[in-house]
Amino acid sequence: MTDEPQISLRGVTHAYMTDDGPLPVLRDLNITVQKGAFTAVVGPSGCGKSTLTRLIAGLMFPDEGEVRLGGKLVKSPRSTVGMAFQNPVLLEWRSILRNVLLPLEIVANDLSQSQREDRARELLALVGLEGFEEKKPSELSGGMRQRASLCRALVHRPEVLILDEPFGALDAFTREDLWQIMHELRHEEEFTCLLITHDLRESVFLADEVVVLSGRPATTQEVLKVTLGKDRVLDDLYTPEATDMLAHLRHQIQIAQGRGEELAA
Amino acid sequence: MNILRKAAIPIIAIIVFVLFWEWLVWVNGWPNYKMASPSDLGPAFWKFRWLFLQYGWETLWRTVAGLMLAIVFGTLIGMIMGFSRTARDGLYPLLVGFNAIPKATVVPVIALMFVGAHDMNTILIAFLISFFPIAVSISIGLSTLEPEYRDILRSLGASKFTIFRKIALPKTLPEFFGALKVAVTLAFIGTNLMEIVEPHGKGLGHLFDSGKISADYPLMFAVLIALAVLGIFLYYVVVYLEKIFAGWAERAET
Ligand SMILES: Nc1ncnc2c1ncn2[C@@H]1O[C@H](COP(=O)(O)OP(=O)(O)OP(=O)(O)O)[C@@H](O)[C@H]1O
Ligand SMILES: [Mg+2]
Repeated sequence: MTDEPQISLRGVTHAYMTDDGPLPVLRDLNITVQKGAFTAVVGPSGCGKSTLTRLIAGLMFPDEGEVRLGGKLVKSPRSTVGMAFQNPVLLEWRSILRNVLLPLEIVANDLSQSQREDRARELLALVGLEGFEEKKPSELSGGMRQRASLCRALVHRPEVLILDEPFGALDAFTREDLWQIMHELRHEEEFTCLLITHDLRESVFLADEVVVLSGRPATTQEVLKVTLGKDRVLDDLYTPEATDMLAHLRHQIQIAQGRGEELAA
Repeated sequence: MNILRKAAIPIIAIIVFVLFWEWLVWVNGWPNYKMASPSDLGPAFWKFRWLFLQYGWETLWRTVAGLMLAIVFGTLIGMIMGFSRTARDGLYPLLVGFNAIPKATVVPVIALMFVGAHDMNTILIAFLISFFPIAVSISIGLSTLEPEYRDILRSLGASKFTIFRKIALPKTLPEFFGALKVAVTLAFIGTNLMEIVEPHGKGLGHLFDSGKISADYPLMFAVLIALAVLGIFLYYVVVYLEKIFAGWAERAET
């Protein structure tokens, strides 16, 4: 059992029912993420990346193929999953601390209230939000809200962290801050991560492996192993090694967008 | 200082308004059956002070009872429409059609259906006239809830009810109170409609009617003022509750 991958999608095919008939979104998709690994998924806009996260989270189920978490077939949502989205979706009427505590109110656990709060405070400190615990989300900047949303996704110590473009709406500098914070979180917490992103630099900076999806219906077009070391700094993105990887990914995305031939010509 | 200012401005506005009114009547030399002046109202209030208290109370409690019913029923319908697309498509035209019927025409129908049950008739009209905005606001609040809000709890295995209680309900509160401000005024209109159209010896509407029959014009004007005061009172009760339960939404407005 121990060598079971933490996330595994096998031959996943899915279509949405729309007024114009079925819309195939995923076709024969295969993705494997080992325990503790960090995988980024990139692909053209609208190719089905968010659909993929909803399938892994057990919020919906594939028409064909199977989704497994820790070797077990996903049949319903599981409390071993944490999610964060592009929209931080913090509850405006709760303080930052109480927002982060939310999952612990849902997921069964034997923590006392003070233990829960300690856990939430510990995470908030880790992402640099110490002193903002009692603030309301509306008093925080976009980057700070997104940090709080990451804390909420991690507070119940999920085995799997699913991030759907969490930094997509942030400005470039804030985004780079959050990349660093992701690295620190990965250092301190144990989780397997699947990150959806539009930003190739982000995927290379954060992930061990980058999966490129083809255009809709999406299938696994390419898997790139990131060869940068574990401890990364932003400057690593400007090494020839990283530049090569980025160029390769960009080319793959263009193929996925159906502009491959255009480029070759 | 700030509180003083806040209280002083509306009070000054009211005084100016009353003075202007008095002046207008005086300058035009209107007799009191055309337009009573504020100085006529004092004696009218004093003469009927016990009736005002009794009838005012009757109007008030029946309005509030109708409003409570509207809140319960409106929230329920709103929840059904908010959560189920099919229910929304089915119920919406019915509700709109029902809301479009002028309630003055419903009054005699209700009065016939429940002959003699005056309190119930009145409460029923107050309820019928005021539940629509509540139902609509709740259903819109729920159906426009961004899916991510639902997903953060659903992905942890939370039940529909938990999601409603922890997220959907509090998130809808600002819209709910917005609708309640409209509903409270409507319920008040409903109560008076019943009291005036189908007189049964209760409420300020009845007092108004007796003023009309006995050609006591200052009394009629005094009733109007009493109604306005009650209406303001109810409205600000809602504003106060909104501050307590949905005060967090205020900052977002600016
Ligand atoms: N509930 C739904 N019903 C019908 N079609 C849907 C539904 N959800 C998504 N789609 C369609 O399925 C396709 C894939 O959607 P999805 O949100 O998974 O894409 P995405 O890769 O996350 O896009 P983006 O890059 O914009 O985030 C899109 O064309 C979208 O319009
Ligand atoms: Mg998406």
